[in-house]
Amino acid sequence: MTVLVIAEHDNHTLKAATLSTIGAALQVGDEIHVLLAGQGLAAVVDATARIPGVAKVLVAEEVHLAHGLAENLAPLVAGLARRYLHVLAPASTFGKNLLPRVAALIDVAPVSDVIAIESPDTFKRPIYAGNVIATVQSRDSVKLLTVRSTAFSPVPVAGGSAEVETMDPGLDLGQSRFVSRQLTETSRPELDSARVIVSGGRGLGSSEAFKQILEPFADRLGAAIGASRAAVDAGYAPNDCQVGQTGKIVAPQLYFAVGISGAIQHLAGMKDSKVIVAINKDAEAPIFQVADYGLVGDLFELVPELLAQLDVGIGA
Amino acid sequence: MKVMVAVKRVVDFNVKVRCKADGSGVELANVKMAMNPFDEIAVEEAVRLKEAGIASEVVAVSLGAKPCEETLRTALAMGADRAILVESDSELQPLAVAKLLMAVVEREAPQLVLLGKQAIDDDANQTGQMLAALLGWPQGTFASRVELSEGQLKVTREIDGGLETLALALPAIVTADLRLNEPRYVKLPSIMAAKKKPLAVITPQDLGVDVAPRLKQLKVAEPAPRRAGGQVGSVAELVSKLKNEAKVF
Repeated sequence: MTVLVIAEHDNHTLKAATLSTIGAALQVGDEIHVLLAGQGLAAVVDATARIPGVAKVLVAEEVHLAHGLAENLAPLVAGLARRYLHVLAPASTFGKNLLPRVAALIDVAPVSDVIAIESPDTFKRPIYAGNVIATVQSRDSVKLLTVRSTAFSPVPVAGGSAEVETMDPGLDLGQSRFVSRQLTETSRPELDSARVIVSGGRGLGSSEAFKQILEPFADRLGAAIGASRAAVDAGYAPNDCQVGQTGKIVAPQLYFAVGISGAIQHLAGMKDSKVIVAINKDAEAPIFQVADYGLVGDLFELVPELLAQLDVGIGA
Repeated sequence: MKVMVAVKRVVDFNVKVRCKADGSGVELANVKMAMNPFDEIAVEEAVRLKEAGIASEVVAVSLGAKPCEETLRTALAMGADRAILVESDSELQPLAVAKLLMAVVEREAPQLVLLGKQAIDDDANQTGQMLAALLGWPQGTFASRVELSEGQLKVTREIDGGLETLALALPAIVTADLRLNEPRYVKLPSIMAAKKKPLAVITPQDLGVDVAPRLKQLKVAEPAPRRAGGQVGSVAELVSKLKNEAKVF
C-alpha cells in the first residue's frame, strides 16, 4: 500500500515533524511517496530522496507555493489524494491548517492528532486535552491523518534513493498573499524534537529571570525552552514557547518544569515526557503529581546550583 | 459588513471529564457546560469589529441540541445582534458542521466568518478550514491579530516557531487563537437584553444537509495515569538520580 506524506519544510530543510510523519506512514504502508511543494527545493528534494522507505518524491515548485498557503496547496494535494489510501501530514500548525481544507475538497472526514495506528482504518487520538483517548474508525475510502510527531519515531535521512518526479504546481488562486513571518531567533533545538526541554512558569516572575535563570541552564543541556501559558500571558516568554493543550505537545526524554504549578492544560502538553523533573516552592503544586523527581524550594537558588553541579558532576 | 460567528457548547474547561464505564463515550450527564473558550474569543472579536464600526451586524450560529440556545444567549449577551440555532440531536462531526455552516452562509451572505480554532472537547481543529474549502474562501487560521484595511483582511497567525501575517481577500474565514483578545465579562443588563434578541431555530433538513457521522468512535479510555515519583531532598540527590537511576545523562 502506498502512502502519501505531505512534507513540512522551509524550502531548505525538512522539519523534524516530517520525519516522524514518515515513521507513522511506514506503519500503514510499505511504499511512501512524499510531496514537496515550495520554491527553490533542490537541497530538500535531495535529502528527502535519501530517506529509506521513500519510493518517490513528488516536487511542485512555483512562487505561489513558496510559503505554504493553504489556498494554493490544498487543490494540489486534493488532486493527488484520491490515488492513495492514506494521506498523512504532521499535526503541526502547517498540517492542521492544510489537511482539513484538503479533506473538505474531497469530502473526507480527516482524523486529527493521531497518536497510534491500530489498523489501516483505526486510529487513536487524544480528546479533552489528552484526558481521554478515543479510538476512531474511518469509513472514507481515503484516510486523511495529521500525526503527532512525539508519538512516532523519526526516520533517518540516509541510505535511500527515491525517484524524483516533477508535477504541475497548479495555479495561484490569488485569494491569500504572504506578507511576513517573524520567527523566534534561536540556536536551540525545536520544542517538538528536542531531547531535553527546560520550561518556565509564572514562578520565574519576569522575562529577565527567564533569560538569566532558564537560558544558561537550557544551553548547558542543549535543551529547548518552553513555557506555561501563565508565563506566556505574563510576557515572560514568546507565544510559540507555550507547552500545553493549546500550545505545543512535547514528549522529550527529559522535561524540567521550573516554577510551573501544573495546570491540567499544561500537563496535557508534556505528560508523555519520559522523565519529568519539577522544581517549585509549593510542595502542593499539581506538577509534583506527575513528576518523577520533585524538588521543593526556591528556583532562583536551585537552578543555578543545579547548573553548577551539572558542570562538576557530568562533564561535557 | 455582516459578520457571522460560530459557537459550540462544550464541557466547561474546568471540569475533569470521565469516561463512561463501558467506554462508549464521555460522561456528560449533570456536567457543567459552557461556550467553547476559543469561540468566546471569536465572538468577542466580532463584537469589537461592530463596536469599531467595521461590522454592521453580528450573527451567532450554533449547531446541536436545544440547550445550545443557552450558548447563543451568551453570544447575544456579549453583543451579537441575533442568533441562529441549527437544531439536531444527532452527533455532529466537523465535516457535517462545516456543511451546515456553509448552508447558513449561503443564506446570510456574511463577508467574514469567525470561529474558534478548535473545540476543547473533540480537539479536532478542522471546522474553519473545512468551511473555507467548501465555500472556496481564503482562511486565516490560529489568528492572534485581525486588521481590515482597503478591503483586505490582514491576519497574524500563531505558527510553530513564531508568527506569520497573511493578507486575505474577502469574504474570508478566520479562526481565533488564544491571544486574539480577552473576552469581556458579561454584565447582568446585557444578559437581560439578550433575552429579547431574535433567535431563529432551523434544522439540518431545512438546509438540505446530510449530517451522518463519517468517523465511528469505537471506544474511549482514560490514558494510563502517570505515577508520581518522589521528592528529592537536594540538588545533589537530583543530579545523582538523573544520572544513575533515570540514566538521562
